[in-house]
Amino acid sequence: MVNEANNAVEAIVSTASSISTDSPYAIELRKISKRFGAVRANQDIDLTVSKGTIHGIVGENGAGKSTLMSILYGFYQADSGEVLINGKPIHIKNSRDAIAAGIGMVHQHFMLVDPFTVLENVMLGAEKHALISHSAADARKELTRLSETYQLTVELDQPIGDLQVGEQQRTEILKALYRRAEILILDEPTGVLTPQEADQLFEVLKALKSQGVTVILITHKLREIMDITDTVSVLRQGQMVAHVNTADTSMQALAELMVGRKLVETNHQRKTALPEDTETRILTSNLSVTDERGKQRLKDINLEVKSGEILGIAGVAGNGQSMLLEVLAGISLPTTGHFVINGQEVSRDTPVGPLKMRQHSVNHVPEDRLKLGLVKAFTAAESSVLGYLYEQKFTWRGLLQLHHIKKMCAKLMDGFDVRPGNPKLKSASFSGGNQQKLILARELDKRPDVLLVGQPTRGVDIGAIELIHQKIVDMRDGGCAVLLVSVELDEIMALSDRILVMYEGRIVAEVNGRDADKTTLGLMMANAHAGAVT
Amino acid sequence: MNTTNIELPAWIEVVVIPILNIIMALFFAGLIMLAIGVNPVEAVGIMLNGAFGYQEGLGYTLYYTTNFIFTGLAVAVAFHANLFNIGGEGQAYIGGLGVGLVFLALDSVLPPILLIPIGIAAAALFGAAWAFIPGWLQAYRGSHVVITTIMFNFIASALMVYLLVNVLIKPGQMSPESRYFAEAAWLPRMHEFFGLFGVSITKTPLNMSFVLALICCVLVWIYIWRTRWGYDLRTAGFSESAAVYAGIKPKRVVVSAMCISGALAGMVAVNEIMGVHHRLIMNFPAGYGFTGIAVALMGRNHPVGIIMASLLFGVLYQGGAELAFEIPKITREMVVAVQGLIILFSGALALMLRPWVVRLYLLVRPVREVSA
Repeated sequence: MVNEANNAVEAIVSTASSISTDSPYAIELRKISKRFGAVRANQDIDLTVSKGTIHGIVGENGAGKSTLMSILYGFYQADSGEVLINGKPIHIKNSRDAIAAGIGMVHQHFMLVDPFTVLENVMLGAEKHALISHSAADARKELTRLSETYQLTVELDQPIGDLQVGEQQRTEILKALYRRAEILILDEPTGVLTPQEADQLFEVLKALKSQGVTVILITHKLREIMDITDTVSVLRQGQMVAHVNTADTSMQALAELMVGRKLVETNHQRKTALPEDTETRILTSNLSVTDERGKQRLKDINLEVKSGEILGIAGVAGNGQSMLLEVLAGISLPTTGHFVINGQEVSRDTPVGPLKMRQHSVNHVPEDRLKLGLVKAFTAAESSVLGYLYEQKFTWRGLLQLHHIKKMCAKLMDGFDVRPGNPKLKSASFSGGNQQKLILARELDKRPDVLLVGQPTRGVDIGAIELIHQKIVDMRDGGCAVLLVSVELDEIMALSDRILVMYEGRIVAEVNGRDADKTTLGLMMANAHAGAVT
Repeated sequence: MNTTNIELPAWIEVVVIPILNIIMALFFAGLIMLAIGVNPVEAVGIMLNGAFGYQEGLGYTLYYTTNFIFTGLAVAVAFHANLFNIGGEGQAYIGGLGVGLVFLALDSVLPPILLIPIGIAAAALFGAAWAFIPGWLQAYRGSHVVITTIMFNFIASALMVYLLVNVLIKPGQMSPESRYFAEAAWLPRMHEFFGLFGVSITKTPLNMSFVLALICCVLVWIYIWRTRWGYDLRTAGFSESAAVYAGIKPKRVVVSAMCISGALAGMVAVNEIMGVHHRLIMNFPAGYGFTGIAVALMGRNHPVGIIMASLLFGVLYQGGAELAFEIPKITREMVVAVQGLIILFSGALALMLRPWVVRLYLLVRPVREVSA
């Protein structure tokens, strides 16, 4: 498949990857182990992936997926074990070695330079001539060929910053292919895509497979595994617990393998309609935000949340949901419009800060737990009072009542099954799921009238998701008004009584939680549904 | 292997690694001594004896230590708010101006019981005011505090020269310094204090501000780790967005942290002006403000560490002076070079040895079976 017509430099690059031996396996890992301090991230992992197949790797957070792939891509060295590429043992010391061995990686967060064009990004670091113009001409020829072969259409001369997320991702794939990758690793590739964009990605992956490229797909979305992979491996707590043909398994079976126990799927919508006279806790009218660069982040948002209901806000990340949460939580101010939240009137001229919001029983579980929700360098106990030091029980004449804070933190940890349940540990040393449970515990323990929740289960294990969902539903059943922002459609559909869809800062659709289906919501998230807002 | 995220027990972090750093520094200092034909062991002996061996030496050591504690604490407080206050020098200088102005106006009117607290308050207030301006500019105008505090050191220096030459100078003399304050405004020296109890010790510059420095250490510790305001300070220092989320106003934290930092730096004037010189003179901060940065770095921004680091620098100052006196081959400049080595290894290269220490630690420690 390698075009021999190119120059000698390419020939050198490609020899490493085009050596074909008799091995049917593109990748073979033998007894790979890796430990970080006391943590065994990978233990005796065996893995074989046949050439020209799509292989899925699933597992909860911290199961060791990323470590394993980082070893394959040269970010880490395995403590013991062997890596074979095309049947040949190989030492991958850094990403340069990995690229030379024909391995390409598309990271969850793209490694692209925004102001550069697609062409410039692709050739960055792989320029073949001293003069950019020569390199660009070469790259253009090669990229045209690649996009024809794999149906990867991207405007080569568009700056990356102007492209849709799906196109940026295709650029990343082109980057890997341009470097002669025959094994492509994709880390959570659909996290930032609409369902339609994800479908396009899968078409590309199928085209790659038909051309003999081996694809490894790391994801926690089991539906994708079922749709596209040929074989799948399950990691749990650093160990490989199963290798199966996708055709022989089911989502339920995979989920149980990941978690190691039975799971019950539930739908959490209200069984009965709210009474007519239910109190309204959030009411916004024509809420708009224009940021300092003049970009409209929110436009004419009108929504209402009543006591005892969950309003879900669906949308692809970056369409204004975060700003909506910030405005309602008192962190940002609306430019125009106003809203009433739990009896307080808020507008640009009458701002209410986050502290006062809490004092008025409006609590906020932020989207970004590491930047907002807690302070990584603090102990769990210190993080567990973030935003609540105004409460009299935590301080006495300005002095922290540490024993009291620790005791309360231990109680919170107990109630939300935060592990390890030690208030003296650094917040950063908990796993993502346990950090999230600690934040939820802090915000929910106060029994607020209004709860603003952003991405409550992002990066959280399946086991913990159940608990978090149940706690949010319990709040709703206790009469709390919940506004839930999530990019996970499954989550929105499982929890929301009503769903609003946001697109480019506007609300483009409203659906009843019970009637929602994924395809329609997906179209709405791209503002491509019947009745789209123009 | 990336070792930065592996946690070590506190005793390794705050005791073993700093001691290793100092040993490294002394090793290289020893090489320099050998190069000029001085026996390093003998030199260290003279130094330690000069710093601790007799009452006068010890007095001087602790007198220097006092200044380092103040400036070290000043840098540390700002550091916990993620601010790098390089203006300790200027803040100390202006703190001295505060003391001078107050005493020149009031020393003949008020009794010591009032003068001393007023002098201390003036030092703190003027130091704080001098740090307030860079703090405010950082918070509300975005001018970087590192740049502005450096500038303010120069402004303070120029201002003091002008005032001492033209305004505060004692009439009828050539040297740019104020008149002596009345004795009522002098901070009691340590030998006077001990004398009250019938204990006789040698007369040295060491004065009661040493006790004040220790009290400041306790207060700073309580402030940073045990009060609501210290919690706000640390939150804003670690993560501005988390502070905003929690309803803390980061801009206010920046301003208040700079003011407290400046007040602590201003305390140098209590030691120097109220305790030793008893008049306003030029250049009394003499680099203590800058050395405070090294002290805070070495002391890991913790009061206990700062006391230890300050003592080390006190030993270097006093023992170094003794060394230059005893061995003529060793000049003052060489002593400064040794100090420089210690700052280099404990400050700039503080974490150079850490990866090896981590590896050693992981080797000898039994691994607990924890899965990811």
